[in-house]
Amino acid sequence: MQFGIFTVGDVTPDPTTGRTPTEHERIKAMVTIARKAEEVGLDVFATGEHHNPPFVPSSPTTMLGWIAARTERLILSTATTLITTNDPVKIAEDYAMLQHLADGRVDLMMGRGNTGPVYPWFGQDIRQGIPLAIENYALLHRLWREDVVDWEGRFRTPLQGFTSTPRPLDGVPPFVWHGSIRSPEIAEQAAYYGDGFFANNIFWPTTHFQQLIGLYRQRYAHYGHGTPEQAMVGLGGQIFVRKNSQDAIREFRPYFDNAPVYGHGPSLEEFMEQTPLTVGSPQEAIDRTLTFRENFGDYQRQLFLMDHAGLPLKTVLEQLDILGEEIVPVLRREFAAGRPADVPDGPTHAARAAAERQRRAATPA
Amino acid sequence: MTPRTLVVVSAGLSQPSSTRLLADRLAEATRRHLAAHDAGGREVTTRVVELRDLARDIAGHLVTGFPAPPLREAIEAVERADAVIAVTPVFAASYSGLFKSFFDLFEPTALVGTPLLIAATGGTARHSLTLEHAMRPLFAYLRATVVPTAVFAAAEDWGGDGDPLTDTLPTRIDRAARELATLLLAGTPAQAPAPAGEAGRAQADDGERAGNADGAADGRAAEGTGLRFTPFAEQLAALRRR
Repeated sequence: MQFGIFTVGDVTPDPTTGRTPTEHERIKAMVTIARKAEEVGLDVFATGEHHNPPFVPSSPTTMLGWIAARTERLILSTATTLITTNDPVKIAEDYAMLQHLADGRVDLMMGRGNTGPVYPWFGQDIRQGIPLAIENYALLHRLWREDVVDWEGRFRTPLQGFTSTPRPLDGVPPFVWHGSIRSPEIAEQAAYYGDGFFANNIFWPTTHFQQLIGLYRQRYAHYGHGTPEQAMVGLGGQIFVRKNSQDAIREFRPYFDNAPVYGHGPSLEEFMEQTPLTVGSPQEAIDRTLTFRENFGDYQRQLFLMDHAGLPLKTVLEQLDILGEEIVPVLRREFAAGRPADVPDGPTHAARAAAERQRRAATPA
Repeated sequence: MTPRTLVVVSAGLSQPSSTRLLADRLAEATRRHLAAHDAGGREVTTRVVELRDLARDIAGHLVTGFPAPPLREAIEAVERADAVIAVTPVFAASYSGLFKSFFDLFEPTALVGTPLLIAATGGTARHSLTLEHAMRPLFAYLRATVVPTAVFAAAEDWGGDGDPLTDTLPTRIDRAARELATLLLAGTPAQAPAPAGEAGRAQADDGERAGNADGAADGRAAEGTGLRFTPFAEQLAALRRR
């Protein structure tokens, strides 16, 4: 089981001071947060990809490459990589390069993006969102697995005799998660390939994500990748913790009330009741996160959203200390207890490369 | 036999409200016509959705993108209804913002083929064409089957004989209710399922997939999940057919 954080990379005014960080401050804060994640013992840092203000991470592999050079163990991922508007050829090249530089500590989460104009800015049509995600990923999947690719599709120039370089490290492409908030088509896509499925688990109620994950597990087994329980599930989550619940709620409320994504809507209390958001003591965060297993089954990766809505860097780093010292160790212990032996761990390059070596050894040349 | 469900959406704000009063008269008249013309004698259950009670949840859904449980339940009731009566007060020459915000939360295909009666209230009959220039196009977009008679109740309709040169309010209520009952009993084209999200919107406008003989447009029901999906091979094949 892997634990980590994912960031949207928003530049948001701190509602308690009115101060907005500069893009430079925010970018530096993001990489500080990533290094802190490794320092406190987390496994994964994932960054969003956006191409419009108020977001800064338009160039994820640049940022992740910088972080890779300054970390040792942290898995670097995305949340999400825009499979709709990026050229799949460039994704194949960029992330294979990053995978080499990071010695395999790289995976990706595919998503479609959430801002309408990004599609036309990159020459695409939002109404083709799902077909773009299907076709572009089908090409990316081949580019990482076939040395020479001939290809023709609806959305991109055909390829004749194309080799994407560098080839994936050890012949093992980066692991891919498919993220979705709403679409069963994406759960089906993840199942078809035997890839991971990541449920954002922040903006919608649990019952909604239970349906999507239920579909994904069922179809993962249908396509012969393993039992439904062996499907690779990742979940989001959102916490803000202080020693005392009331302090956490008092401190977080202005950030919640003014949050760009859900502020000025339901109250903090209503939102906590309706979604997995937990604002309270470390124990409350632990208890709530443990319910995820009851709701979704044993899973492989838990990412928390910690650094949005204008929270100052100092506060985020304090939150990461608590997460790493008081919350994740307990979660690791509790999630390990009673976990069936045949449920896979979170994906690592080392384990996947070993499996690939074994597979090759077993296959006559 | 399962009862027929009649769902009444009232966007009246005051308590008591003339919008709710009109909604209740329409529901009662519809039940009467159903009872008179339904040989099978199926029971009719009436559910009233008062949007005033859901006002904060509706605003919350617009902001967060998901419905609080009471709102989800109300939306599902309207989606599953055998017939709907939708009544709004006229505000600034149109339906009220709350009324529109509620129907903004529906998937574009959720009400396809649903028999629907539109009605409105206002201070003066000079607002009555709101039903034709605002309400009817809204439900035409949602492809509900709207009955020909739309009922407008001006303040003056509730007392006296109203305009002597037009039908009285009770006459219009009765006519509209009869039309709704007739439509419901006649049966309407099979209601399309409501695919979720962007896929649903894309499919609704996609003639090729909608006409797909193997039923890809409807998707398959995934056991135990309540979701419909299109098998991946069909998703890929749809791309190749272009």
